[in-house]
Parts: sequence; C-alpha cells; structure tokens
Amino acid sequence: MARAFTPKVVTANDLLEGDVIYFNANNKWVRALSDAAILTELEEANALLAIAAKDIDSIVGAYLADVKIDNAGKPVPAHFREEFRTKGPSNYFHGKQTESNTQKA
Amino acid sequence: MYLYNEFDDKFVRARVNQFRGQVEKRLDGSLTEDEFKPLRLMNGLYLQLHAYMLRVAIPYGTLDSAKMRQLAFIADKWDKGYGHFTTRQNIQYNWPKLKDVPEILDALADVGMHAIQTSGNCIRNVTSDHFAGAAADEIEDPRPTSELLRQWSTDHPEFQFLPRKFKIAVTGSPNDRAVTKAHDIGIRMIRNDAGEAGYEIIVGGGLGRSPFVGKVVREFLPREDLLPYLEAILQVYNLSGRRDNKYKARIKILVHETGIEEIKVAVEKNFLTQKKYFQAPSDALVSAIEDYFIPPKLIDEDVKGLEEAMLKNPALRSFVDTNIEEHRVPEYAIVSISLKPIGGTPGDATSEQMRLIADLAEKYSHDEIRISHEQNLILPHVHKSDIPALYDELKTLGLATANIGLVSDIIACPGMDYCALATARSIPIAQEISTRFNELKLEHEIGKIKIKISGCINACGHHHVGHIGILGLDKAGIENYQITLGGDGTQNMTIGERAGPGFSAEELMPALERLIAAYLDIRENDDETFLNTYRRLGQAPFKAALYPETADA
Repeated sequence: MARAFTPKVVTANDLLEGDVIYFNANNKWVRALSDAAILTELEEANALLAIAAKDIDSIVGAYLADVKIDNAGKPVPAHFREEFRTKGPSNYFHGKQTESNTQKA
Repeated sequence: MYLYNEFDDKFVRARVNQFRGQVEKRLDGSLTEDEFKPLRLMNGLYLQLHAYMLRVAIPYGTLDSAKMRQLAFIADKWDKGYGHFTTRQNIQYNWPKLKDVPEILDALADVGMHAIQTSGNCIRNVTSDHFAGAAADEIEDPRPTSELLRQWSTDHPEFQFLPRKFKIAVTGSPNDRAVTKAHDIGIRMIRNDAGEAGYEIIVGGGLGRSPFVGKVVREFLPREDLLPYLEAILQVYNLSGRRDNKYKARIKILVHETGIEEIKVAVEKNFLTQKKYFQAPSDALVSAIEDYFIPPKLIDEDVKGLEEAMLKNPALRSFVDTNIEEHRVPEYAIVSISLKPIGGTPGDATSEQMRLIADLAEKYSHDEIRISHEQNLILPHVHKSDIPALYDELKTLGLATANIGLVSDIIACPGMDYCALATARSIPIAQEISTRFNELKLEHEIGKIKIKISGCINACGHHHVGHIGILGLDKAGIENYQITLGGDGTQNMTIGERAGPGFSAEELMPALERLIAAYLDIRENDDETFLNTYRRLGQAPFKAALYPETADA
C-alpha cells in the first residue's frame, strides 16, 4: 500500500532579511505559515517548489516542509524545527513571534 | 594589543570592498546563491534559521575598550542590541541584514577587526589561553605566536581550499585553558631540558562526530622553525586529507587512518623542503610582534581594603572566591566576568554591558579584555585594591554573577534557537539547569563542575569534554538529550563516555538532579570534584542514578 502523502508547504529564507518565508497559492512569498499554499500531492508539491526555486533574486534555499492541517484548515508545522521557524528563538522575544499576523494560524 | 599596520589595513579594506561588490551583484541577480554562498562564508556571513548571522573574529580572544565599544555600536546599529560570544572566542550577531553587512565590516575595519576566515575550509581564527600574559602559571605569553599565525594564515593562498576547516590553538601555560588537544593543531609553548624555548606540536585532535584527543607529532620544535613546520603539516593534510566525504575530511581522520608515526615521517620530510623557502626564522618574526604585547606597567602597591570589604559583604567574598584567578603579580588578580547569569543565555552580552565592560577595562585593567572559550569575559590585570569598586560597578548591569567554574557556568552552543545545523535546542536546557540548581541552593556545595551542551553532533558546545556533556538530538521528531560523563578539556584531555539512552527535555532535568545527588552522596569529601569522583568510581554509580529503573531490575 502506498504511504499517505504528508501535506507540505514551500518555504525558504528571504534574501535581504534572512527571514523565514512561505509560498502562497498565488505564487507569492508571504511571511506567515498560515498563508502558505498547502500541497497535498507529490506532483503538485514538486511543481510548486520548481516555480518557487526559480525566484533566485529574492530568496535562498527553497524546500518542501511537512505540515499538519489544523481544524481551521490552516497549515501547522509537523516538526519542531519548522515550529521554531514560525516563531523565532525561545530565549528572546525576537523574530516572527513579534509579528502579530503569525499568531492567527 | 596588536595594531594593524598599513598592510593589514589595506588588505581588510580591500576585502570589505570586494564583498560590497559581491553583495551588490547578488542583490541585482548577477550572482546566484550557489555562487555567492562561498563568498559570504569567507567573510563570516551565514544564513541561519531565522536570519543571517555574522561571525566576527576576536583573534586569540584579545580586545581593548575601543574594539569592545565598536562591537556594542554594531549591535545597536545593525542588530538587536546584543552579541553572542562563542566557544571559539568569536562574537556572533544573530540578526544582520544582508545589505548592511558591508557597512558592518567597514565599522569593524575601523577598529582593526574583521570576519575573514571565520568560516569556510581554511585556517580559522587562532585561539589561545584567555589568561595569556597574566596567568601566574604561564611560561610565556602565547599571543605573539598566535598573532604570527594569524598573519601567516590570513589569505594564505595555498590553504584557502583545504579538505575541511582547520583550527589552531596556542597555550603558553602547562595548565591548558585553550583545549589545545581538541584542535587540528595544538601548540604548547615549552622549554626543553637545556632551558631553550620551543613548541610541542599536537595534531589531529577534534570533537564533533568523531572525537579524538590530539597526538604529539613533534615533542620539541625550536621556535625558529614554527612556520615551515606548520606549513609542512598543512601541506600533508591538503594533499592527503579526504575530500570524498565531508565527515571524514578533518585532519583528525587522516591522522587516525594513517597513524601518527607515518604522518610524522611525511611531515618531517616535507619540513626539510619547506624550511628552505622561509627566509626569516619564525622566532625573529615573533620577536617583532612581541613589541605589541609588552605587559602593562603594573603599579607596585600593597593591597588595601579588599579584606575589609569582603568581611562586610559576603556576596563580594563569594565573587572573589569564584571569579578571581591568580595573577603573576601577587597584588593583582585576573577577574572573570560571568556571561552566565542565572537563567540567562550563555555567552550573550547586551551593548550596554559591552560598553560598561569597556569602561571598566580602561579604568581597572589597563585597557585589556579577553574572551574565553567558556563564553565569559576577562579583565586580566586588576589591582586587588580595585576589586570592591569593580564588583559594585559590575553589579549595576547584572555582570557580577559569582559562578565561574560552577554548575551554572555552562557552555552552550546556540542550538536550534538559531543554528541551521542544530538537531535540538541547547539554550533552554542551559537556562533550566542554572535556574534549577540555583533554586536548590546547591551550587557551592556541588563545587567545580563543567557542564557543556551541544545542539548537534558537531559539538560546538564541547560536550565531549564536559564533566557532564549533553548532546541534543532529534529522535523521531522529538528533542532528545544524550548524556556523556567524565570528559575533560585540559592537558589531561579525555573524551566523555556516553551514559546510556537519551532523555526527553522533560526527563533531562530530573535525571541531572539524580546524577548530582548521587555524586554528593558518594564523593569522598567536599573537596573531591565530580570529575575526580567519576574517575575514582567509574560510570556504574552515576549510571544507576541516571537510570534507576534499569538498576532496580
């Protein structure tokens, strides 16, 4: 039996700021995971990653990250590393956690 | 303090301008990330989890107040008002923007600093004893030798693309505070039976995935031969070190796989050739540099007021007991400033703290500051009469924590709070340990102990040489912490032994409490340190404390 495909999002770091970014359904980079396009099939995921990765003038290191889908249908991190990327460091209130829009997810 | 000459200054400025051009080309799209990445790394710029990180070299951990104030200025202007001092005597900024980095590098060049060779497969920032030039047990100041190595290795055309990074440490004292045996090359300044000054050369030490204690490749190297000899080692490594596998590319693997005897033969043979190419003997080059490291003129004055102040203030006494080391001049002290406040992030200093330390260095320590690989700061030349006043001033910004060498003086790498390579977080573990043992009020009873935490197998937190080492891993999507015991980073370097299965973050602190309680229970007397108890009794009683279920079964 084929293994169920773990939903994914396309993520990268912004070239200028280094900040964590996600690719949305309109092929635009956004700052919040909750705004990212959820990819539920392998082909779809690879196709969007290929488009995203072409954007070399504004991003660094695009890849597919596993997500879970919450009750509101929004993506949430499947792994603790990705969870930290949505928040910022745990020792200071710095990074994404200071931006209110990331709290919506 | 070494001062940049015209050559140094021109070189660093030229590099800044090159990098400015490279950043512009990256931003306008004419360089891809694959092309740009090695260039930014050569200038100390990493991309981490949440932002860029700039690693600035502090050669052999020596700073003056002007440099420290500039580091504070950079933290305020281009970062978030703080910096992180690392186990390699560097400082890291966690939040710079790419477009600002050339300006930051210019600001560093203004005070004779740079970020060159703080990354990449080249010879990295040369590290040394943080008590250099001040310690009572020192044979000779290791900094002139370290500075010569900085000059020799900076932009060395043959060694810019080594199989892997290459780290050199120098100590001038028999009590090794520079962890020389865990470096690619460790250099110990020694004297032979005839009283002549020379170096013992150690090769192939390292921590990381495959930890090794360095081996002596030359027992006594005359000082004049230092550069050709090091060049000979580097050439053997450059040609024979593995390039097929990143994890087997360090010189420690070459030494391990080839055997030290065969390496010795190859190095000695190559050395005879290299020696012909070096016109100036290395000792003459070191002597020329020594002028920059003339010891400060210390005042010949009896100690006044310290005893009385300690009698009045037990907190000051406690500070003197833990944070003061013996200076070569009895009226003076080496004062360690702990960057490990209870519950804080090991190695972090705010810009305000940096400025205060700069002021205090000027006022009390002949304008000298050191960074230790244990992520603390040092004022190396403080007259003992000044200690009470210094202590009061340190207290104003939370810099008077009296815990050097104790359970809360923890080395921790940035871990997964910042680092892209990390497999788990380190900082929250360090915060929890220091908070918990402070609550238990056990710190002084436990006494001297070194806890070192790494957030991945690369071991930036030196966990292999911690009396208690903690390694954070990703175990099936959950942070998991392995404990090693009995490590030692001194001249008696020992790699710690893994105690058993890892612990979740929640299980770790109770396990450490059991471990420490067992130690307090089984030590011979109050003076027997954790490490010595471990050496006397072996792992069994400690293992039983860590894994009580297994012990009962």
